[in-house]
Amino acid sequence: MSVPDTIRSTCPYCGVGCGVLATPAGVVTGDPQHPANFGRLCSKGSALGETLSLEDRLLTPEIDGRPAGWDEALDLVAERFADTIAAHGPDSVALYVSGQLLTEDYYAANKFAKGFLGTANIDSNSRLCMASAVAGHKRAFGEDVVPGVYEDLELADLVVLVGSNTAWCHPVVYQRILAARAARPGMRLVVIDPRRTASCEGVDLHLPLRPGTDVALFSGLLAHLVGDLHHEAVAVARAQTPDIAATAALCGLDEADVANFFAWFQATPKVVTLFSQGVNQSSAGADKVNAIINVHAATGRIGIPGAGPFSITGQPNAMGGREVGALANTLAAHLEWDRPGDAEIVRAHWQAPNLAMQPGLKAVDLFKAVADKKIRAVWIIATNPVVSLPEAAAVREALRGCETVVISECVRAADSVDFAHIRLPALGWGEKDGTVTNSERMISRQRPFLPAPGEAKPDWWIIAGVAKRMGHGAAFAWQNSAEIFREHATLSGLGNTGQRIFNISALADLDDAGYAAMSPTRWPCAAGKPAQTRLFAGGMGVRLVPTPHRTPARAVSDAFPLVLNTGRIRDQWHTMTRTGKSTRLHAHLPEPFLQLHPDDAGTIAEGSLVRVASPTGHAVLRARLDPGQRRGSVFAPMHWTDRFCPAGRINPVVNAAVDPVSGQPELKHTPVRIDAYQARWHGFVLSFEKLGAALADWCAIFPAGVAWRHEVAGHGAPEEAFARLRDECTVPGAWMVLQDPGSSLFRAALIEDGKLRACVFIGRNSELPARDWLTSLFALERITLDDRRALLAGRPADGKLPEQAVCVCFGVGAGEIQAAIRGGCETVDAVGACTRAGTNCGSCRPEIRALLALVPA
Amino acid sequence: MAGGVVIIGGGPSGLRCAEHLARAGLEVCVIGAEPGQPYNRVALSQFLAGDFDEDALITHDAARLWALRIVFRPNIRVTSIDRVARVLVLEHGEEVEYDTLVLATGSRPFRLPLPGADLPGVLMYRTLDEVRAMLEIAKGGGRAIVIGGGLLGLEAAVGLAGRGMAVTIMHGVDRLMERQLDHAAAGMLSARLRAQGISVELSASTVAVTGTDRVTGVALKDGRMMAAELIVMAVGIRPESELARAAGLVVERGIVVDDAMCTSDPAIYAVGECAQHGGQCCGLVAPAFAQAEIAARHIAGEDVRYAPLADSTALKVAGAGVWSAGDIAVEDVEALIYDDPESGEYRKFLLRDHRLVGAVLYGETGEAPFYKALLGEDVRALRGTLAFGRAFSPNLEDAA
Repeated sequence: MSVPDTIRSTCPYCGVGCGVLATPAGVVTGDPQHPANFGRLCSKGSALGETLSLEDRLLTPEIDGRPAGWDEALDLVAERFADTIAAHGPDSVALYVSGQLLTEDYYAANKFAKGFLGTANIDSNSRLCMASAVAGHKRAFGEDVVPGVYEDLELADLVVLVGSNTAWCHPVVYQRILAARAARPGMRLVVIDPRRTASCEGVDLHLPLRPGTDVALFSGLLAHLVGDLHHEAVAVARAQTPDIAATAALCGLDEADVANFFAWFQATPKVVTLFSQGVNQSSAGADKVNAIINVHAATGRIGIPGAGPFSITGQPNAMGGREVGALANTLAAHLEWDRPGDAEIVRAHWQAPNLAMQPGLKAVDLFKAVADKKIRAVWIIATNPVVSLPEAAAVREALRGCETVVISECVRAADSVDFAHIRLPALGWGEKDGTVTNSERMISRQRPFLPAPGEAKPDWWIIAGVAKRMGHGAAFAWQNSAEIFREHATLSGLGNTGQRIFNISALADLDDAGYAAMSPTRWPCAAGKPAQTRLFAGGMGVRLVPTPHRTPARAVSDAFPLVLNTGRIRDQWHTMTRTGKSTRLHAHLPEPFLQLHPDDAGTIAEGSLVRVASPTGHAVLRARLDPGQRRGSVFAPMHWTDRFCPAGRINPVVNAAVDPVSGQPELKHTPVRIDAYQARWHGFVLSFEKLGAALADWCAIFPAGVAWRHEVAGHGAPEEAFARLRDECTVPGAWMVLQDPGSSLFRAALIEDGKLRACVFIGRNSELPARDWLTSLFALERITLDDRRALLAGRPADGKLPEQAVCVCFGVGAGEIQAAIRGGCETVDAVGACTRAGTNCGSCRPEIRALLALVPA
Repeated sequence: MAGGVVIIGGGPSGLRCAEHLARAGLEVCVIGAEPGQPYNRVALSQFLAGDFDEDALITHDAARLWALRIVFRPNIRVTSIDRVARVLVLEHGEEVEYDTLVLATGSRPFRLPLPGADLPGVLMYRTLDEVRAMLEIAKGGGRAIVIGGGLLGLEAAVGLAGRGMAVTIMHGVDRLMERQLDHAAAGMLSARLRAQGISVELSASTVAVTGTDRVTGVALKDGRMMAAELIVMAVGIRPESELARAAGLVVERGIVVDDAMCTSDPAIYAVGECAQHGGQCCGLVAPAFAQAEIAARHIAGEDVRYAPLADSTALKVAGAGVWSAGDIAVEDVEALIYDDPESGEYRKFLLRDHRLVGAVLYGETGEAPFYKALLGEDVRALRGTLAFGRAFSPNLEDAA
């Protein structure tokens, strides 16, 4: 199948965990043999090859901004941590790690913190996405376990998506569902989400419930299905949601829709409820998880083919981190402090007399402790907390005031790296070597296919280097990741005669060659026991958890009347350090935006800039009016950073309220108000050079073709901005200029030897010429005289503009798709056969379906 | 039915008027002061530059005049008009009767009243004879000074440079063609001329022409002396209205006419550069032709009126297109400027209350008719595309 230099690895993006085939030349395709994706990749995965450049990488250790040697840097980290602990105790230091880490790196970090620093102040950015699922699982199953597998989504007769825009965020899983539904038209698909997302296209039912009322909906369903069951959880459900009418009223839904949903659920034995961040990122996140599990467990719809509650993770290795226990409130390998004997197992295995004996601070509290100077040295590994945490401005201030900030990163251009005193270059995807676990408990290898760049090192090596310098050489003497994996696998089997489901002791004896060749393996896989695909069959052993409905932590008010919801978009990942490099991935939604219902928009026009503010901060975003948005509720993407749009960072706005059980922040519900952004001028700069995101009061930048696009707006005089922006373009060439001060219209283009090098457009409002045609001119060796004459008009004389791609994978635009539809294509597949659109990742298929729907039958 | 129409002036507007009258079946006699056949004065620059030979200048040869039954009498001056008798007196005493008289006497170039301005080698730039004289001097190469940086002066300068002379343009204002061009376009034009080897001296005031028997150069106000074998004065024209004034017609700057191009004597019309309509004397061929046609049609009995179009000037100077229209020297306006120095294109639009009141095109002037039609129109919806011509404002095609 594969050519000799093709390496099997795993995609670094979402928790679907797709297998990829990669070559040293940077060609990345789907692995037809991987059980998660069988060869498919989404738009992001398909563009991985475009993200491998070493631009923006951190390639050498740095101390206070100057390059340093590894010995010097590691010595200093060890010294600072040792000194801080000596002066202020072990809980004055912390690690903040990431679902981007490999399991082996995660294991090393957890062992280092809990075993040898003697603190459980190690938390992961998984706190932001999966903590509520973990908490819900532990309450229901006694352990953090996903009972089902992806195949259940294909075997189910009813799939319910809750708080998940699966079409965009887990596209390959969504395509598997759609393919199964196409094969079995009787299979139903229901989406429960306040927003009408791309995942709602063509579904049987969309329930646009009031934000934060998922518990009420599933409580109503529990009462409806098993109202006569004698259990406290059912009693609570019966009391708060006795019937469909009460449920519909609490959730703000039509009774008929609720009745339909309940009836379908009741009539369908094989139901999978797939849930994600809309459930987890809530101050009632753990309760939402349990409300869902309650329904499945109480009705036996769990652990059997085609049925179960299904938590799908956001990160490539959130699951691996949960397995090694690298969260502040878990010990290691599903061993817990509060279970007698567990700590002894860990202490003995690690030879760690200084083992931390109580939970540490979870992410939000951890950074509050940094702000309060209770934590004085923090080591951030592979994550970007100044962007991703709620009330992010306070996180910035906390780091700015912290005595010691160490960051291990593969990327230099991540906002958090700016705050570090000591910067340690880590290997990135394609370079590092280890394992990840996906949402269906499948452990897969991430294998290197690129050489280690510069002085970058594996994260485990960096951690071990500091541990050795702190006197713990024997416990961190690994030579490779295989050794770490064996140690981890061994721990999972220690004292485990069935007490813990997480058991991969069958893998503890893999030699290095066996580890290198390891094919995707699902846990549990205990030594000497048969593998188990599904768990908790029929609900046996599952605890029902009473889930009283609570409103979100902070309510809307006259001052902050709208609810802000945040999330991902289709073609970007987290803080864009990787996807931000791909032009293709910026084509879909290139600027940070605020989606709002037209009824909530007031004077705010489509495409204008809107200021969204909460008591903790504000952001300025491009307004997108969308009737699919629930009235009273607005949505903003979470991805933008200082690098791409300083004013577009949404998390300074987002409240840091947390779930009392899981500690997960309520990223999906912040009361806000919106106002039109009062800029005196708006504009854009297209340039061969990347001019940075500090060009103007408001600035968003992104790659566009061979150029960089800078969208700008400002408060000063437009004339001055025009002069300044032109001065920023330093490449040689001659300017051509259009100036109309009377209407605040200023345009200029810089041409060198017939090639377009830059253009600056400024106007009074956001109604500026489309950028795509201008962008396309940057690729020309020599622009024609006609194009030159049309340049500052911003469009060719014939008025035909290039169109935006709908299908990013194959660059197919709406016009081509509409032509195919006019030519007789009546289905998404027919359009795909004709144009290739939607035939790779499939994440544009909802948009193709929407175009089909526009054609009169 | 009137008997004969006599036209005084054998230049382009006189001939245009004669031709229309002849086609209307009227008897026409044209009396011209210049020798030779009627020629295209506007094309003298091409002749000077060598683009045309002399024959190509002739607009109405004997055969054409015969076919039109126009009587053409060149090389004769009219000395007076007896309006009561309706008789003209020619320089040799002959009397010519008329029923209707058309004055198309044109204008005369203004000769600066400087010491030495009458020396041989100082030429105006108006007639074929003068151009012939320039060419004779240019045969020896040498240096020429053109006083006046208006259109005519620039054309003379380019022509003489093309004939091998080292040419300097002396212009008393701080930019060339100040009535048609703003500073930016004028600057581009200066740069273009200099690139062609022509010196351009701006804000340069000539105080004397030097020489005793013939021209040796000029003296400037700043004390400089510049040598030259040829001085061309192109500093403006004055309507030729002496004959009319002497005949008692109402004359201000030019011969005052009404909308029918009729003077204060209903039997006498005036057209072209000698006429003053609505307080304005024209200096361009297009309105002169329009006036000639109106006068001819009115004489032939049509009830027609002359309505001046917005003044527009489309020129080709030193290979660069130059066009302007409307008010370009007004203060209380907004300016919209398009400037592409590298490709030598420049456009300026003057707007008042969103209405286009003036425009300057430099470089490419093919869109001039579009802008001319837009003068006075509200262009607020077009400000982003106005500079780029008709193709970007398709909804305005009807207007243009």
